[in-house]
Amino acid sequence: MAESLNAYLYVGALLFAIGALGVLVRRSLIVVLLSIELMLQGVNLTMGAFAVFNEDMGGYVLMLISLTIAAAESVVGLAILVTVSRRVTELYSDRLKSLRW
Amino acid sequence: MIDDIAFIYLATMAVIAGIATVLVRSPVRSAVSLVVVVFHVAGLFAVMGAMFLAVIQLIVYAGAIIVLFLFTIMLLDLRHERGEPYLHKYQLWLGVPLAILILIETGWIALTTPAAAQAMHGKFSPEVIAEMGGAGQALASVLFTDYLLPFEIAGFLLLAAAVGAMILARSPDEDEMPDSTDPVADAAGPAIAAEGGALRRG
Repeated sequence: MAESLNAYLYVGALLFAIGALGVLVRRSLIVVLLSIELMLQGVNLTMGAFAVFNEDMGGYVLMLISLTIAAAESVVGLAILVTVSRRVTELYSDRLKSLRW
Repeated sequence: MIDDIAFIYLATMAVIAGIATVLVRSPVRSAVSLVVVVFHVAGLFAVMGAMFLAVIQLIVYAGAIIVLFLFTIMLLDLRHERGEPYLHKYQLWLGVPLAILILIETGWIALTTPAAAQAMHGKFSPEVIAEMGGAGQALASVLFTDYLLPFEIAGFLLLAAAVGAMILARSPDEDEMPDSTDPVADAAGPAIAAEGGALRRG
């Protein structure tokens, strides 16, 4: 099982779907950002598995860049959360209804 | 055999901790569950034989991103989050089928992917990587030649994200530097400005 590519792909698919569920269902904005990180975990696992089993270094490079994008995304997302928390007392996604303020 | 046992343990724990990340009420516990997911995915990379990816995963995710999340949760005032529903009321009916649909699609791709025996064989077999002196050297040999432009763009993206985060998270009452808001200081230089500040304070 540890020798087959497909087993890793299943785990990656499961992690991605669970993260997508969290993004769609949770109200708290912080947990939505955490769920996006969970989705990226699934994607990273898939890319790493393809890189190792196809004996290609492109997957390593792609995962390195995906890590960079994950870091940039969480930094900007958390900065937006800090800004929003100055105007709205509760960080729920359904409290943010106005387009600008 | 021992690899299979390790794989089953790591995969089940990663999925269980992932479900906990999504469904646990408190954001702090959610973040800690994500740390568990990160560690077990790193273990999966190690079982796969990609030690470099496992270490990168631990350093960047567990060491940087989750710590940033925990600091932000600590800084924000989350007292109001108790006692309220933590799931969307109506979006649940759309979100759950959509997540199941995504699972079916990705699972279908995983099912129809040819197994490792028929997989492509690229230039970097484990023997070649060992001969080059490890995955780090092999990665560098393609990262700084074939993938140089994406690498540089990723670096620039990090710079842009850092500057953007500083500008976004700055509080509104310090929008401008205090020295440049004073017309006296602008006209007459710093010495008089300091004197004027002392007068105003006195």
